[in-house]
Amino acid sequence: MPTESRLSVRKTYKLYIGGKFPRSESGRSYEVHTPRGAFLANAAQASRKDVRDAVVAARKAFAGWSGATAYNRGQVLYRVAEMLEGRRAQFVDEVGDAEGLTARRAESLVDAAIDRWVWYAGWTDKIAQIAGSSNPVAGPYFNFSLPEPTGVVAILAPQKSSLLGLVSVLAPAVAGGNTVVAVSAQDRPLPASTLAEVLATSDLPDGVINLLTGFTAELASWLAAHMDVNALDLTGVAVADRTELERLAADNVKRVFRGAADPDWTADPGIERLIAYQETKTVWHPIGI
Amino acid sequence: MPTWDYAPAPESRETARLRESYQMFVDGKFVDGSGTAFKTINPADEAVLAEVAEANQSDVDTAVAAARRAFDRTWGRMPGRERSKYLFRIARLIQERARELAVLESLDNGKPIKESRDVDVPLAAAHFFYYAGWADKLEYAGLGPNPRPLGVAGQVIPWNFPLLMAAWKLAPALAAGNTCVLKPAETTPLTALVLAEICQQADLPPGVVNVLPGAGATGAAVVGHPAVDKVAFTGSTDVGKEIQRQIAGTGKKLTLELGGKAANIVFEDAPLDQAVEGIVNGIFFNQGHVCCAGSRLLVQESIADELLESLKRRLATLRLGDPLDKNTDIGAINSAVQLAKIRELSGIGEAEGAQRWSPPCALPDRGFWFPPTLFTGVSQAHRIAREEIFGPVLSVLTFRTPDEALAKANNTPYGLSAGIWTEKGSRILWMANRLRAGVIWANTFNRFDPAAPFGGYQESGFGREGGRHGLEAYVAH
Repeated sequence: MPTESRLSVRKTYKLYIGGKFPRSESGRSYEVHTPRGAFLANAAQASRKDVRDAVVAARKAFAGWSGATAYNRGQVLYRVAEMLEGRRAQFVDEVGDAEGLTARRAESLVDAAIDRWVWYAGWTDKIAQIAGSSNPVAGPYFNFSLPEPTGVVAILAPQKSSLLGLVSVLAPAVAGGNTVVAVSAQDRPLPASTLAEVLATSDLPDGVINLLTGFTAELASWLAAHMDVNALDLTGVAVADRTELERLAADNVKRVFRGAADPDWTADPGIERLIAYQETKTVWHPIGI
Repeated sequence: MPTWDYAPAPESRETARLRESYQMFVDGKFVDGSGTAFKTINPADEAVLAEVAEANQSDVDTAVAAARRAFDRTWGRMPGRERSKYLFRIARLIQERARELAVLESLDNGKPIKESRDVDVPLAAAHFFYYAGWADKLEYAGLGPNPRPLGVAGQVIPWNFPLLMAAWKLAPALAAGNTCVLKPAETTPLTALVLAEICQQADLPPGVVNVLPGAGATGAAVVGHPAVDKVAFTGSTDVGKEIQRQIAGTGKKLTLELGGKAANIVFEDAPLDQAVEGIVNGIFFNQGHVCCAGSRLLVQESIADELLESLKRRLATLRLGDPLDKNTDIGAINSAVQLAKIRELSGIGEAEGAQRWSPPCALPDRGFWFPPTLFTGVSQAHRIAREEIFGPVLSVLTFRTPDEALAKANNTPYGLSAGIWTEKGSRILWMANRLRAGVIWANTFNRFDPAAPFGGYQESGFGREGGRHGLEAYVAH
């Protein structure tokens, strides 16, 4: 039977909340095109209710994920890299379509995204050694400072780099033990939806990463104002639109990360994003007999 | 049996070298302000201490311009080893003028001389001494290969530890090569102005440190000035949120050290006498005007009665009165406004059904005073268990299991500090791991050290002061 006559089975692109793949509770979707205008698919258009559900899921997952051993978190993140590697060809197609790239360029970006998970997998059990300290106080105390995850981090993912950029903002937050609600690139959401399928099969506990597709401007203000979100990453928001979000974030003193909107995501990421979502806890432990 | 009382043992007021009026410090000189001069009073007797220049917008402009010049021309380019020596000089000068600063602090703030003398001033000197050593070692601080200063820092500090907070702000900023515009609190401007004089005595280049007295409007002008690159604020959570809103979209780097409602958790195996001292120190130190005060006592049910009895006995021995008397434990409330707030929340505590108790305690006729107070029968829903009172008022709650203690301790939008009292080391660390707070004291409370990072989780703010971490707030990397 000639294969060209077979009709392919298309995928429904959905949200990823609490380990499940719901459509938006609003029932809304929007058309996604290639940069040249060809129709690719309909993506779920998340609503305020979806944002709130995602924050609830992230909060619920926080105790377990932040309390897991760093070694365990490292293995889970490495597992994400393994799963992504297995789907490499699919992502090359999707990133190529989403960003209008040649296969060769898309391949290099997908490879970099896989390697980025590996880089952060190796960080989980080293952050405390880099960011912590033993403090020589003048008194009979063993005094030490440790980094601890901030909590629930809301991430507005970069608008251009649909996979590598997304991975570069997600991985450092979860490597440090935070849980995440992320809004994908508005016009290039499909690699994010597929990444959710990778995460769902990577031993990542439900709710640690929640991925929403939809309109950034609509969802960002709900996240910025949400009283159970501890930190806000503005990378995917145009500089002109950041002021109001920063203002809303002050309602519960959120940590705000003002990342460059379109940096070179292939560059060495450094540890800035790892440290941005860490609190420092100082413990005074008595010494005596 | 005869009653023996303490003889008065006052520090001499003359030591403070109090002057009738104080000018602001801009570009290395003391000058009159363009605002309306205001009076600072002694909260212990409401007598006027001095008249103080008020900085308005034009003074802020002048000071920021001076700080910018100093950053561009001298301080920002100076080798770290030279900056370091200036900071060591300042530390030494604080030590040399320690008693003067302590007496002046107690006069202006109302805190007992034994605290200003033994805590505030020595820690201020130690802070400069600690950061002096960092100035030429920044590349070893783990802040990247090329740590650079941010520029001009606008710093707004509270009235509870006036000199110490000035030291916490200035020392790391200067060590990293920034220049500073500091606004002390309007009720306690004096020691910061003496510190400015110390900067002069140290030959610190003009404009590197500027001190602008004033109230909220002056602070807002400093924070909002377009040429200020970095804002650091210590104070209430409400004002902290206002500042975060005010600088939204400006790209200024911000650190906030805000309010707290710390839990002080006493387990049944704790050394009880030591715990009682720690509870007293946790909430009555500095009249409870401490952001990290242990204002919620969580005591294990099995020892609650015994502990409360000891605590009440101890509170009855606290001596409230003249802040300059060396035997005084509890000084004056810093201002009429703060006293009114403490009275209001205490009244609400009673109205909501908690039981109020204070030891027999004569209050002086003049000045702002509030007796050490504790509330029992407090539930987590009571406002006195949720809101920062910032006064000598302790809310007592009980728990049965470590999990319950944790749940109650973490049930707050704040997260600055917490205390744990137990003889079991593994329990200390188990609790410390799970408490969502930036500073955890075990079998001690309200202890500070320049080498130990200090700062909050959640609505208690972000950024750290002290230690290697304290440099991060003032460095671009």
